[in-house]
Amino acid sequence: MWTAVITIAALALIAGLALSYASRRLPPASGDLVEQVNELLPQTQCAQCGYPGCRPYAAAIVDDAATINLCPPGGEDTVRRLANLLGRPVLPLAEHVEPAVAVIDESSCIGCVHCRNACPVDAIVGAHQLMHTVIESECTGCELCVAPCPVDCISMRPLR
Amino acid sequence: MSAPTYDLGKLHGGLRLPAHKAQSTTETVQVVPIPPQLYLPITQHVGEPAQPVVNIGDRVLKGQAIAEPDGEMGAPVHASSSGTVVGIEQWPVSGRYGDRAPCIVIDCDGKDEAMPRTAVADYRSLDPAEVLLRVLDGGIVGLGGAVFPTAQKLMQARTLETEYLILNGVECEPYISCDDSLMRERAGDILSGAQVLMHALRIDACYVVVESDKPEALQSLGEALGELGDERIVLKQVPTIYPSGGEDQLVQLVTNRQVPSGGLPTDVGCLVQNVGTAAAVHDWIVDNEPLISRITTVTGDGITNPMNVLARIGTPVGDVVEFTGGYADRAEHLFIGGPLTGKSVSTDRVPLVKATNCILAVFKSSFAGRELPCIRCGDCAAVCPVQLLPQQLFWYACADNEQKLREFGLTDCIECGCCDLVCPSHIPLTADFRIAKGRILELADEKARAERARHRFESRNERLEKERQEREAELARQKESAKEAGPAAIAEILKRKKQRSEDD
Repeated sequence: MWTAVITIAALALIAGLALSYASRRLPPASGDLVEQVNELLPQTQCAQCGYPGCRPYAAAIVDDAATINLCPPGGEDTVRRLANLLGRPVLPLAEHVEPAVAVIDESSCIGCVHCRNACPVDAIVGAHQLMHTVIESECTGCELCVAPCPVDCISMRPLR
Repeated sequence: MSAPTYDLGKLHGGLRLPAHKAQSTTETVQVVPIPPQLYLPITQHVGEPAQPVVNIGDRVLKGQAIAEPDGEMGAPVHASSSGTVVGIEQWPVSGRYGDRAPCIVIDCDGKDEAMPRTAVADYRSLDPAEVLLRVLDGGIVGLGGAVFPTAQKLMQARTLETEYLILNGVECEPYISCDDSLMRERAGDILSGAQVLMHALRIDACYVVVESDKPEALQSLGEALGELGDERIVLKQVPTIYPSGGEDQLVQLVTNRQVPSGGLPTDVGCLVQNVGTAAAVHDWIVDNEPLISRITTVTGDGITNPMNVLARIGTPVGDVVEFTGGYADRAEHLFIGGPLTGKSVSTDRVPLVKATNCILAVFKSSFAGRELPCIRCGDCAAVCPVQLLPQQLFWYACADNEQKLREFGLTDCIECGCCDLVCPSHIPLTADFRIAKGRILELADEKARAERARHRFESRNERLEKERQEREAELARQKESAKEAGPAAIAEILKRKKQRSEDD
């Protein structure tokens, strides 16, 4: 009988050591989780969450440094899906933003390219000293181009 | 003459419904006179709206193209009679998306002056590809109700191995009898259209399929086939079960091949066209008349004299009903389309469009019961012709669970309405599924947008990084060259300067 007890105990010990070694040394699986969270975010790259893009915010969520309700373009649906994925409680959205696209008043544009450089998704076309315009289908409505404009000719137009 | 045959596949579920067709088929098809004004929506097909090519004030002739397709998918719109364009504006329509749509309004002059006919070459002497291009110009769309542009459907079929052309004369939905009337009166034209389609597709087998409750249509088609003597065309009779006229269901019945989930009949070597579409192809290719009129059924217990009429596309539905003798006193609900797949409209100012196969006025709506909770009886699953589980779909539609809805095949739902009819709790399942389908599409769209935005963001970052590296490399190179050429070059410049000051 003792042989059996010792064998089982030894096996359990070996398995336990192997598992504890693996959990310490092998890279954690959170890389995948960041990707999964990133998949659920709307990819507007608007930085309205306080992070410089969707992926950094996803990483912050996974590290528990940020709450899941900071993404205004994603809306409540995104909060719900994130809560589902991470097993956290659904929080009310911190800030509401209606979906919109940027529109440049082309008659006032002076061609300074500041907005073009600010756009995270290259949805503004234009060259120095020439009129700029927004490619509407690519605009994510992040509002990052509004502040840099020196002549205030960019406005946000609601989508619906 | 080929006799109707019975070697058929089996359809899952389905219902035997009271037909209500006899009342509208007692008379022959009556021709509705040209109305004072025609309202022609620029979207009468699946795809991008056609773009108007006429201006307000232009005089147009019957059969003149007034809107041309824009983009890959579309069909032109033709003026149904001669007159003056008086407006291009929003007007009530019975469309699936929204209650108003841009329409071209024509003030008819009553002369019905047609475009000068161009001499048409016999289609048999044309290359199939040329025939397809001509079909595109005729504004022909699937007249069974889906209004998919016929030319595009044929072109898709040409790229695949297609064995059978199936002409759909099943018309299984209650009340509707426009295809029945068409088959009774214009069987020859339908078969001629079938020959054109077979030529265009280079296939040699065609089934004309008719439901068993239309003996007159079968007889008329049989006689026309006997006269024509074309052995490639076979007449088939199928039992009267709703919805055997659905495209995929028909393929299963006729060829015993199952169209895969998310696939098209062309995936199993079949191309289905409505008999009305075939007649329209004949009218255009052989007689050079584009799709400017269609047969429609005006029926229901809210109509005084139910009948089938031939009306110009764009005629207001109210005018059509008035021509037949008007509404009965107790008419309460107006549907465009059949009782199961049609759409309820609030005004009869909507125009008759290419998709309008039926104008139905009824005393009371068929879904009068109060909605109760689902008791999970499973009756809906038993009748579903696509073998879905409506009770599960309903469950997930309520929970807005997109992933499960996809898993359970919501996108394969043909919205036939069988589950609604058998539901003891009177749950409007089909309506819920329509909404859920829209939601799935919306989500897919959002996802695609997000994916594109991310891609653009990443490639922008890559580009910025590359530019930064290039700048740094350039700076390093300049520094290096300054170091190398520096002292000598400065001495040279100083020397030149000194020389110049000495010269002065």
